[in-house]
Amino acid sequence: MSLLKVTDLIVSYGGIEALKGISFEVAQGQIVTLIGANGAGKSTTLRTISGLVRPKEGRVYFEGRDITDFGTQKIVETGIAMVPEGRRVFANLSVLENLRIGAYLRKDREVIEQDIQYVYDLFPRLRERSWQLAGTLSGGEQQMLAVGRAMMTRPKLIMMDEPSLGLAPLVVKDIFRIIQTLKETGMTVLLIEQNANAALHACDFAYVLETGRITMQGTGEELLASSAIQEAYLGKTGK
Amino acid sequence: MKKNLRLILSLVAVAVLFFLAWLVEKTEGTQSMAVTVLQKGAVYALIAVSMNLLNGFTGLFSLGQAGFMLVGAYTYAVLTIPMAKRAAVYQYYDGGWVQFTIGFLPALLAAGAVAAVFAALIGLPVLRLKGDYLAIATLGFAEIIRAIVQWDGIGPLTNGSNLLKTYPTLKNIMPGNTVLFTFLVVGLCIGLILLLINSTYGRAFKAIRDDETAAEAMGINLFHHKQMAFVISSFFAGIGGALLAMYQGSLQANSFKSSMTYEILLIVVIGGLGSVSGSVLASFLFIAASEWWLRFLDSEMLIGDFQVPLLAPGFRMVVFSVVIMVVVLFFRKGIMGDRELWELGSRRGAKEGRKKA
Repeated sequence: MSLLKVTDLIVSYGGIEALKGISFEVAQGQIVTLIGANGAGKSTTLRTISGLVRPKEGRVYFEGRDITDFGTQKIVETGIAMVPEGRRVFANLSVLENLRIGAYLRKDREVIEQDIQYVYDLFPRLRERSWQLAGTLSGGEQQMLAVGRAMMTRPKLIMMDEPSLGLAPLVVKDIFRIIQTLKETGMTVLLIEQNANAALHACDFAYVLETGRITMQGTGEELLASSAIQEAYLGKTGK
Repeated sequence: MKKNLRLILSLVAVAVLFFLAWLVEKTEGTQSMAVTVLQKGAVYALIAVSMNLLNGFTGLFSLGQAGFMLVGAYTYAVLTIPMAKRAAVYQYYDGGWVQFTIGFLPALLAAGAVAAVFAALIGLPVLRLKGDYLAIATLGFAEIIRAIVQWDGIGPLTNGSNLLKTYPTLKNIMPGNTVLFTFLVVGLCIGLILLLINSTYGRAFKAIRDDETAAEAMGINLFHHKQMAFVISSFFAGIGGALLAMYQGSLQANSFKSSMTYEILLIVVIGGLGSVSGSVLASFLFIAASEWWLRFLDSEMLIGDFQVPLLAPGFRMVVFSVVIMVVVLFFRKGIMGDRELWELGSRRGAKEGRKKA
């Protein structure tokens, strides 16, 4: 059974439809990616799932429950965490405080302490910098922190919005290693990327979004092999 | 263990400060300038900290503080004027509507509570605004409150634009211990605010200040938390207003102008946005400088036969303004930045690191 299911989602901003009826599924334990150019509606999709934007039509199901009308707070509690675009760590709070904010809705104090140690074990760099202000971390470290913060909500699904945006190629490699680590821990990941090459290599299943519609779908290998994708997203011209 | 030690040390430091303040009043007398500065400085410290809770910790640029102080001050005065004096005070309004009197402590609480209720009502529409718009709206509401209080229609309640007086003041509640009383009330309130800032709620406030979108994505209800910060800040501004009324001895709505809010904003900025101890420190410095240390500039001065030019009544404010400009130019982040007095010396956040170990 799929963990997340989106059906016929239509979202409009003041009359302009950013999503024109998209449907897709995310299976438990997989990395699923949405790729597409600027303005294709990738971020809108994430914002709608996490309750920051209300859809005009369509439904969002999580573990079979209809969560379309839930508020952000309830959606976080249901088990969907978001790593926002541009990392958005709390720059003037320490690494540890950032992680604690992630656990804001939780009341189980002892388990929170264990989870902090769990995140630190996953990203030892964060443990070293526990007391530092998040704003002083490097881009890659901030991305680790953003992921760690999202994990503190104890999610079943982590949604990542353009995690590689604005980071150096070497750091991007690190990011995709983080995503792979997440998968190994049994986490389900919905990844949004412009970096189609890296995303398609990392994912189990992929959807291609073009101006509000899903135009293609398949496993990462299938799409990498497709000539249309190669031309449009991977910069290879058909010979 | 180390945390407990720190707490005990801080409490001892506070107790010593209170003792010194008490000593000043005992040796200098209640009428001295030093005592005036200590009284007014403490009152402003509370109001500045309450404003810092909004502007510095939650990132809400609000300019309504004078309005909530006014509400608190009037609530306190109206509820505590002795029955025997009401006829004289409300002479134009047949003794007024309120025909009962309560003690000064419940009245102080009521002052905060009424200000908090006003904040809750104003917050509903206003807190949906951001940045400068929020500042303009809160400033507007503060002016509206001031206008309404002076309106003749509710004169029997507020005495219109006439003075409110004969309510219990600092001087007749604890004669000879006015400073200690002010310090106790202010210290208690600031202590409560500190507890709030260091709680999970405080962390959520700071998260909202740093990044609203990310905070919301973590499941923090933005409006709910902004409303909470606004109401709590106004509660303490109300108590601060009541204390100011007790300090002044008489009360008139006209003195709660927006310039009062700017004074407090100035204290907050000089002390450092996001530093409670900075606000307290800055408030005493500000009051001491404006009321006391620069006084000599207002009177003529002769050095031998030479009369120092420019010295005339009012010149103190000119110098004061220049001093403030220099401070703001060279201490961009205020005296304390966003650190606290007890964090100095140790690297920022070292406190957190120790907690973990």
